[in-house]
Amino acid sequence: MNFSEVFKLSNLLCKFSPDGKYLASCVQYRLVVRDVNTLQILQLYTCLDQIQHIEWSADSLFILCAMYKRGLVQVWSLEQPEWHCRIDEGSAGLVASCWSPDGRHILNTTEFHLRITVWSLCTKSVSYIKYPKACQQGITFTRDGRYMALAERRDCKDHVSVFVCSDWQLLRHFDTETQDLAGIEWAPNGCVLAVWDTCLEYKVLLYSLDGRLLSAYCAYEWSLGVKSVAWSPSSQFLAVGSYDGKVRILNHVTWKMITEFGHPATVNNPKIVVYKEAEKNPRLALGRLAFPPPRAAPGPSSTTESKYEIASVPVSLQTLKPVADRANPKIGVGALAFSPDNYFLATKNDSIPNAVWIWDIQKLKLFVVLEQLSPVRAFQWDPQQPRLAICTGGSRVYLWSPAGCVSVQVPGEGDFQVLSLCWHLNGDSLALLSKDHFCLCFLETEERVGTTFGRPGDHT
Amino acid sequence: MGEWMTVTDPDLSSESKNICQYTSETKMSPSSLYSQQVLCSSIPLSKNVHSFFSAFCTEENIEQSISYLDQELTTFGFPSLYEESKGKDTKRELNIVAVLNCMNELLVLQRKNLLAQENVETQNLKLGSDMDHLQNCYAKLKEQLETSRREMIGLQERDRQLQCKNRNLHQLLKNEKDEVQKLQNIIASRATQYNHDMKRKEREYNKLKERLHQLVMNKKDKKIAMEVLNYVGRADGKRGSWRTGKTEARNEDEMYKILLNDYEYRQKQILMENAELKKVLQQMKKEMISLLSPQKQKPRERADDSTGTVISDAEEDAGELSRESMWDLSCETVREQLTNSIRKQWRILKSHVEKLDNQVSKVHLEGFTDEDVISRQDHEQETEKLELEIQQCKEMIKTQQQLLQQQLATACDDDTTSLLRDCYLLEEKERLKEEWSLFKEQKKNFEKERRSFTEAAIRLGLERKAFEEERASWLKQQFLNMTTFDHQNSENMKLFSAFSGSSDRDSLSVHSRPRQKKPHSVSNGTPVCTSKLTKSLPASPSTSDFCQTRSCASEHSSINVLNITPEETKPNQVGREGTNQKWSMASRPGSQEGCYSGCSLTYTNSHVEKDDLP
Repeated sequence: MNFSEVFKLSNLLCKFSPDGKYLASCVQYRLVVRDVNTLQILQLYTCLDQIQHIEWSADSLFILCAMYKRGLVQVWSLEQPEWHCRIDEGSAGLVASCWSPDGRHILNTTEFHLRITVWSLCTKSVSYIKYPKACQQGITFTRDGRYMALAERRDCKDHVSVFVCSDWQLLRHFDTETQDLAGIEWAPNGCVLAVWDTCLEYKVLLYSLDGRLLSAYCAYEWSLGVKSVAWSPSSQFLAVGSYDGKVRILNHVTWKMITEFGHPATVNNPKIVVYKEAEKNPRLALGRLAFPPPRAAPGPSSTTESKYEIASVPVSLQTLKPVADRANPKIGVGALAFSPDNYFLATKNDSIPNAVWIWDIQKLKLFVVLEQLSPVRAFQWDPQQPRLAICTGGSRVYLWSPAGCVSVQVPGEGDFQVLSLCWHLNGDSLALLSKDHFCLCFLETEERVGTTFGRPGDHT
Repeated sequence: MGEWMTVTDPDLSSESKNICQYTSETKMSPSSLYSQQVLCSSIPLSKNVHSFFSAFCTEENIEQSISYLDQELTTFGFPSLYEESKGKDTKRELNIVAVLNCMNELLVLQRKNLLAQENVETQNLKLGSDMDHLQNCYAKLKEQLETSRREMIGLQERDRQLQCKNRNLHQLLKNEKDEVQKLQNIIASRATQYNHDMKRKEREYNKLKERLHQLVMNKKDKKIAMEVLNYVGRADGKRGSWRTGKTEARNEDEMYKILLNDYEYRQKQILMENAELKKVLQQMKKEMISLLSPQKQKPRERADDSTGTVISDAEEDAGELSRESMWDLSCETVREQLTNSIRKQWRILKSHVEKLDNQVSKVHLEGFTDEDVISRQDHEQETEKLELEIQQCKEMIKTQQQLLQQQLATACDDDTTSLLRDCYLLEEKERLKEEWSLFKEQKKNFEKERRSFTEAAIRLGLERKAFEEERASWLKQQFLNMTTFDHQNSENMKLFSAFSGSSDRDSLSVHSRPRQKKPHSVSNGTPVCTSKLTKSLPASPSTSDFCQTRSCASEHSSINVLNITPEETKPNQVGREGTNQKWSMASRPGSQEGCYSGCSLTYTNSHVEKDDLP
């Protein structure tokens, strides 16, 4: 496993282009585009203010940089460096900006969600969409880029509008049976829209593309409900994580629950492998040697080694006592991700922040639990194979695959605290983002991966 | 007590025993002691005693003591010690006899009293111990009663407490329920209030938004703009199209196309899955059938209770032909058939498995019950059997040993291995020898029988010759009326025809049967015997021929009676018929007897021979 040198970064803004050729990163008000392979700077754009959001267009030709504070969006072309475009939302303000799937329209959400402005790069035309709803996830595009679903709020009722992205024509408009819609998400096949209600009520609604209600699912009443939702890549399953610390898997035929994954604090089943990250100080092993440590503690995390150990069941995981008198309690399943091949589901229960649970979807059983030493910040699946990268805000990145798991120290002087990560399209490299730096981590090819990855037996 | 010890006397052994018993009795009352003293004092036999009682009677006061005693005794109803006084003045004489009688009586009385006393004492003792026991019992029971009473009170108390608790809990539960209800009401009311407020606020917020929108958007905000160097082409290279009704329709079409595609895709998948499942079902069915058929054949042969399987199998076979075509048929028909047959097979399999299970369990149970319940009788029987077996084995071993010794004595130069083998085979050899001799016997018997039969046959032949001669003479007489014919030839021919007609004579001789049977039944005794004999003696052509000819002839005659054929031989046949019947009638008793006697002869012979055999 190799690491690139460390580059500067701000606001964790670092993104691979959709075609996988380029890497865009922001340093204050500058946008840097590099070649992924050589990491040489291809283009350098300077924006008017500190960039708060960047996004590649789907065809990897344009990058938009949003400066919400100024209500500005600047678009840069990779092919024509001299080409520029500036969109000013003026006094209306700007809170969100995104590309339409065709890469020729930009959707800007104004402050207070007054409207969404659709700017076209092809024509002078500007469209407005009124009454967008301010919620967790109010806009969703189908994967083929044909349709956009938008959550709206009119007359104290939730609605969903489905637009055709090619000409922004309203295709369907229907009200949803939600108290306070919290999010919408298209299934990967673009035919089913999942709609979930606010956390006060457990309600998941499934609508067909033509606006028919396919099914409504409610697991329980009264207590806090849905926290996270994820479609499996095959559109076969809908995983719903909720505040009761369970993930419920709905099937795409009857839209009924197939199974329920609980996240108990103790793992009793001996078939489940529990990888526990263990830290050990190499100097402790050499403690007998006479010479004093050559460097006086350059940082505790860089000197200590960590590795995974297989804990013998029953294992009790560290749990967090939820604070009852605060809003948004740290309980429930807050993160869900299916592996690209549909075989695994990674989840995180916020009340057990150090653990990542990996479920076998074929057997619908818990497969592996990874317990880290510090709370898991983010995890992401390799787009090409069942391989999960995890970061905990420390100087290590953790990788899991069915063959085993490994923790890798990010090299470099100083502390590189990995706060976020993102995979390259082909799964060969991984961008690790810290507060003001980023680096790329290149993973070996298959056969060498096999040797570096520890197998379950090796860790005992 | 020391006194009493001295009183004991070897002469009064019986009394002393009693006394000894009394001495052991510590609680003796002094009054009784005294009375005994008194009683004992009246015994003047022993010197010791006498000397001891000198205080009562001395040389001087004999008279007084005697008179005193007399007085005492008379008051107690004894006869007077003195002789009957003849006169008032004469001094009364001491009557020795009376004294002795009195004494004896006193002694007897005393003994009786002692016995009675003893009984009373023992009874007293018994009663005392009984009393003690009862008192103990009483105390114990009282204690028990007390404890149980206390327990009861405790339990009652506990019960009361529990009831109290229960009541409290009920009350609490009720309170809680009320509380829950109240809280739910509160929640509901709050929720409605909240929703109401939310709505109000949202409306206000919307109004504000609207206002803001107007303010922000309507004012010609120059800032809201897009600066672009030049417009870029569309990603697909097309130009943007105007929005018209057509585009709308097209969009709709496209949407439905997408949906349709999705549904088609899913349908295809489902079909594929269905096909797979069907395949699996088919395979399962086949396997089930193949699994079940060998097991089911046997019961079907035994008892036709498994008609269901036959039917299903038949259906199966019928369905097999159209299986391939049915593959593409709509689900329902195939499904029904498949599921039905599978269900049937499954039921059969299930019942079979259950049966097996039952058998297994039964065997288990039986095993257990056998072991547990039938212990006595079966045990004994079994042990008897086993003992018998052991006995037999022992005998066998003994005989074997004997034989071995004999063998050793006779053929000690043989190899040990062969010897041993011989030992093992000896019994079998013996048995074989026995069998061999038996066979020989039988053979001899058979030969004897055969001989007798041949003799009988010869006799019969002779008889026949005689008969023939008779007939010839008779024929000679007939010859005057009829033309001559070759007797021998006709006989042969008749035989032949009889044989040829034997295959379908049953059908022909329906009417004749009863008649035909009669002679057979008459000679019932013989056929059994003869048949037996023929069976046991396959190489006895004479007798069999004889039988055949006889039966054939009789049958033929009956046939001929029915169908009167206008043949040339008809008169002959008629004649022969008559002769035959005559012959049969005439000869039967004789032949019967002959047979019988032959049989009995052989049997007796065989018996005799058997006895003669070594």
